[in-house]
Amino acid sequence: MRAARPLASLTLSALLLALFIGIWQLSSLTSGAGDAVVDPEYAALVGAAAASGGQTPFPSPLQVGARILEHLTDPFYVRGTNDQGIGVQLAYSLGRVLTGYGIAALVAIPLGFVIGMSPLLYGALNPFIQVLRPISPLAWMPLALYTIKDSAVSSIFVIFICSIWPMLINTAFGVASVRREWLNVARTLECSTWRTAFRVILPAAAPTIMTGLRISIGIAWLVIVAAEMLVGGTGIGYFVWNQWNNLSLADILTAILVIGIVGMVLDQLLAMATRAVSYQE
Amino acid sequence: MGRAFVSVEGIARRFPSTHGGPPQTVFENVWFGIEEGEFVCLIGHSGCGKTTILNILAGLDRASEGAVVVAGREIDGPSLDRAVIFQSHALLPWLTAEENIAFAVRSRHPGWARAQVAEECRRWIDLVGLSAAAGKKPAQLSGGMKQRVGIARALSVRPKILLMDEPFSALDALTRGMLQDEVNRIVAETKLTAFMITHDVDEAILLADRILLMTNGPNAKIAEVVVNTLPRPRTRHDVHHLPGYAELRNHILDFLVDRSQRLAETMPSGWDPRRIPEVRPAVPA
Ligand SMILES: Nc1ncnc2c1ncn2[C@@H]1O[C@H](COP(=O)(O)OP(=O)(O)OP(=O)(O)O)[C@@H](O)[C@H]1O
Ligand SMILES: [Mg+2]
Repeated sequence: MRAARPLASLTLSALLLALFIGIWQLSSLTSGAGDAVVDPEYAALVGAAAASGGQTPFPSPLQVGARILEHLTDPFYVRGTNDQGIGVQLAYSLGRVLTGYGIAALVAIPLGFVIGMSPLLYGALNPFIQVLRPISPLAWMPLALYTIKDSAVSSIFVIFICSIWPMLINTAFGVASVRREWLNVARTLECSTWRTAFRVILPAAAPTIMTGLRISIGIAWLVIVAAEMLVGGTGIGYFVWNQWNNLSLADILTAILVIGIVGMVLDQLLAMATRAVSYQE
Repeated sequence: MGRAFVSVEGIARRFPSTHGGPPQTVFENVWFGIEEGEFVCLIGHSGCGKTTILNILAGLDRASEGAVVVAGREIDGPSLDRAVIFQSHALLPWLTAEENIAFAVRSRHPGWARAQVAEECRRWIDLVGLSAAAGKKPAQLSGGMKQRVGIARALSVRPKILLMDEPFSALDALTRGMLQDEVNRIVAETKLTAFMITHDVDEAILLADRILLMTNGPNAKIAEVVVNTLPRPRTRHDVHHLPGYAELRNHILDFLVDRSQRLAETMPSGWDPRRIPEVRPAVPA
């Protein structure tokens, strides 16, 4: 594939966005307040707000834009437990993600190092990792709530359990596949185990470890929204659920956009960190 | 006769067979010595076990039987006194040329200040002619430059013994020749004891005092020791004009082409692995 000129791609992106918003705006103009028949099951799903408020039309881009502007101008207000600014909710979510993710990194990287250096441990722990890894993190939620008895800590635990596997697997794999000749260099230079670990194995495995960290942050950000929808209280996931109960689609669309942008920023930060430790052989 | 400075005493190396059969013997009952300050080359066909012997000398691999004794002490692992120049240069790709050398210097002198390490690195970088490329990563260096960094790194720990596994085989003829001259000069100046594996007969004649000829594997043996009687100092430009050069070269080539295989099947009667026959083809009969 030939590299396109950045300006051309950027212009095309802007055009596509304008087209999308234009079509959206047009369709929201034409679709009046239709008297759709309300399906009882749907009504049950929609819950309290819909039952009392009836049908709300899908918001137009202008309405959503106005709502986004409102949120952006005052992101950090707190007016009671159920009415807090989107910035506050985002901070809750980010705090949980970073706590669970940070603890996972503190456990997974040293453990992965040890597993990667010992073929015996690698073989012994691999079956457990292979079984635990594919479990949906949300499946741990009831168990976490039951044992921890605290919804906030439970969501941190769920973040921990979902981010630990890619980190662990990548660290162990990266450490185990350090080129033998580099280890031989360290041996002929009579490097201590610590010096070999920090000056040879760590930099050699760093790109693989960072890739694991990047995969993990992506998963953690996906999971936190679902976890917060489940346990409620605070956080961007709860915000979405709450606005769904209020049937405020403009707020939900705002939140979706914010979730996407924050996820992208997190991913790009780790991509930058990965590039910083990459090397060319 | 006393023990040589490096004394290889009856080493064998066996690898477990892949199909559960008896272990595969790469070589066994290998005896030879290297005197202090001597340059010894090992020549043999691919797969006969040359790298395995060098790795055992380096302490990176263990002999299944026998021992290697250096300066009267049996070795039991790698040592800063036995530096290795690897065939694949084995530079750490995330470090610059200078940092690769600094890594070695700091290993030898853990207490040195930053400035002292930097000064020592400079010295070696200048010596191998890499001043302009000191800040480059290995991926940005040519094959010859990488091998130069490898040479500087090995020498910068000031070893007593230099072990080289086909250090120049991946290089073009011109670069190889220049590096051969450099290694020849440095080894002579620093009175290093050197052991080099090579496929290149001219390289062996240029550098070595003695050349060990190894038969084909499996069960490879060191069949013969060729003593290089050509006078030193030798340079790449004049060595092939020296009287006796052709006889020396032909003798080794004959071995590689023909006798390495015949001898692998049956050794002559009376051949004793502990007293390998020495030949001096360059000396007129
Ligand atoms: N880890 C190993 N396991 C099993 N067999 C091995 C192992 N390492 C080497 N061998 C065998 O030992 C023999 C000698 O290998 P070695 O690398 O010493 O050969 P070499 O003489 O250096 O060859 P080349 O000139 O191609 O480098 C080969 O037949 C190889 O298959
Ligand atoms: Mg080899």
